[in-house]
Amino acid sequence: MNALLEAQGLHLRFGAVRALDDVALSIWPGEVVAIVGESGSGKSSLLRVLAGMQRADAGQVLYRDAAGATHSILDASDAALRRLMRSDWGFVHQNARDALRMEVSAGGNVGERLMAAGNRHYGNIREVAAHWLERVEMDPARIDETPKNFSGGMQQRLQIARTLVTSPRLVFMDEPTGGLDVSVQAKLLDLIRGLVADLGLAVLLVTHDIAAARLLAHRIMVMRHGQVVEEGLTDRVLDDPRHPYTQLLVSSVLAA
Amino acid sequence: MIVLHTEALAKSFTLHLQGGVSIPVLRDVELTLRAGECVALAGPSGAGKSTLMRCLYGNYGADSGRILLRHEGAMIDIAAADARVMRAVRRDTLGYVSQFLRVIPRVPTLDIVAEPMRARGVAPDEARARAAALLTRLNMPPALHGLPPATFSGGEQQRVNLARGFAAGHPVLLLDEPTASLDAANAEVVIALIAEAKAAGCAIIGIFHDTAVRQRVADRLFQILPVYEPA
Repeated sequence: MNALLEAQGLHLRFGAVRALDDVALSIWPGEVVAIVGESGSGKSSLLRVLAGMQRADAGQVLYRDAAGATHSILDASDAALRRLMRSDWGFVHQNARDALRMEVSAGGNVGERLMAAGNRHYGNIREVAAHWLERVEMDPARIDETPKNFSGGMQQRLQIARTLVTSPRLVFMDEPTGGLDVSVQAKLLDLIRGLVADLGLAVLLVTHDIAAARLLAHRIMVMRHGQVVEEGLTDRVLDDPRHPYTQLLVSSVLAA
Repeated sequence: MIVLHTEALAKSFTLHLQGGVSIPVLRDVELTLRAGECVALAGPSGAGKSTLMRCLYGNYGADSGRILLRHEGAMIDIAAADARVMRAVRRDTLGYVSQFLRVIPRVPTLDIVAEPMRARGVAPDEARARAAALLTRLNMPPALHGLPPATFSGGEQQRVNLARGFAAGHPVLLLDEPTASLDAANAEVVIALIAEAKAAGCAIIGIFHDTAVRQRVADRLFQILPVYEPA
C-alpha cells in the first residue's frame, strides 16, 4: 500500500506573510486527517495547494491514482487537474454556494457531477441522485427544487451528496460545518462521520473546530504561522498536547 | 511468551501555559507482560498508574524509553511508531477500556460494541450478534442495544465500554478500573471475562482499586511509586 497524496517542502508567501513554511504531509487510503489552527495559520492555503487550486512557490505534491500512476499536482495542467477533480477527488467548500448551482434543481446538482464523470443514462442518473439525497438525509421528494429554497444545513448536505456521488478516493473539506447553527453542525458532522466510515474515504479536513476534529479524524496536524507545529494520532495530540500553541488551542475549548 | 516490555520509560508533562513548569510522572519504568497473565498496577493515587496505561496505548506520548509490543509476530517499539502504525496496533493488537465511555452522537450501543470487530473484518451480522451476546451477558437488556448510550447511567456506559473492549479479542488488553461503577453481579461478569481472556492467551494490564477483585484476577502486582524531583 502507498500514500494517496504526499507533499514535501511546501512554501507559499503572500507578500510578507508566510502562508506555508516548509510543510510536509502524506495521507493514506481510508485515513481522515484534520488540519487545525486559527485563522491565518495557513491551513486553508495548504488545502488549496494540495488540491491544485493554488500554486505553491516551492515544494512538491504527488498524487497516486487508482492505476498506480503518479501525478505531480504543482506541475499538472488545468485540464489534468479538472480531470482529477471529476474522477478521483471531491472538494467540500465551507460555503455550499461556492459549489452548488443555485438555479439548477437538487437532482440536477448531483446528477451534473455524474454526467461530468461520463454517466449518460438519464433515468439512472435521477435514480442515483435520489438515492444520494436519501443518504445525506434529505427528502428525495425535493429532488426538483432548487437549492435557493434550502436552509444552510440542507445546502451543505446537497453539496456533500454532489461531491460523493462519483465515489471519489480523496475528499478535501474546508470548514464543512462553518457558519451553521450548532445543532445543524452536530447532525452534519455525524452524517460525515458515518459516510466517511462506510465509504472508507480518505479525507483532508481543514477546521478550527477541535471537537469536529476529534470526532472525525484519525490524525491531526496543528498549524501556526504557516508551519506544522505538532502532529500525531488525534487523541494523543488532544489529550497530551506538547507544543505551547496546541496546549493553548486545547485549553480554549469548552468541555461539553 | 513476552508480549509487552517497557525499557526506561519516562513521562513528564510540561505546562507551557503555567510558565513552563514540568511535572515528572513516570521514570525508569521496566514492565514485562507475558501472554495469558494479568498484571495489576498498584500504587498510591496520583502515582501515575493511569498515565502509564495511556502511554502504553499511545494516548500519551512517552518522553523517552521504549515500549516494545508483540504486533503481527514481531516486537515493535510503539513509543516511536508513527500514527498509522499505531492505528493498526490498536485495531489488531492492543485494546483499551478507559474508565469513561466517549459517546459518539446518535450511534446505537450495538454498533459501538461491534465497531472494533467490524474494523478487524468481521462480517456485520456476526459482529452485531457477538456484540449483542456480550452486552446481554453484561446484563444490558436487548431493549437498550438500539439506543445511543448518551443517556445511560455511569454503570451502563461502563458496561458498553467493557463489551466494546472485550469484543474484538485483542491479544493485549488494558483495563482502567473496569469494575469501578459496577454492582457486584456485573463485577462478577467482568471477573469471568478476564479469566476467559487469560485462558485464551490474552495478556492484561489492569488498574483495580477494588482489592477483592484485584486478588481474584491479578497474577502479580506492578508497583508504581510517585516520582519526586531531587531536591
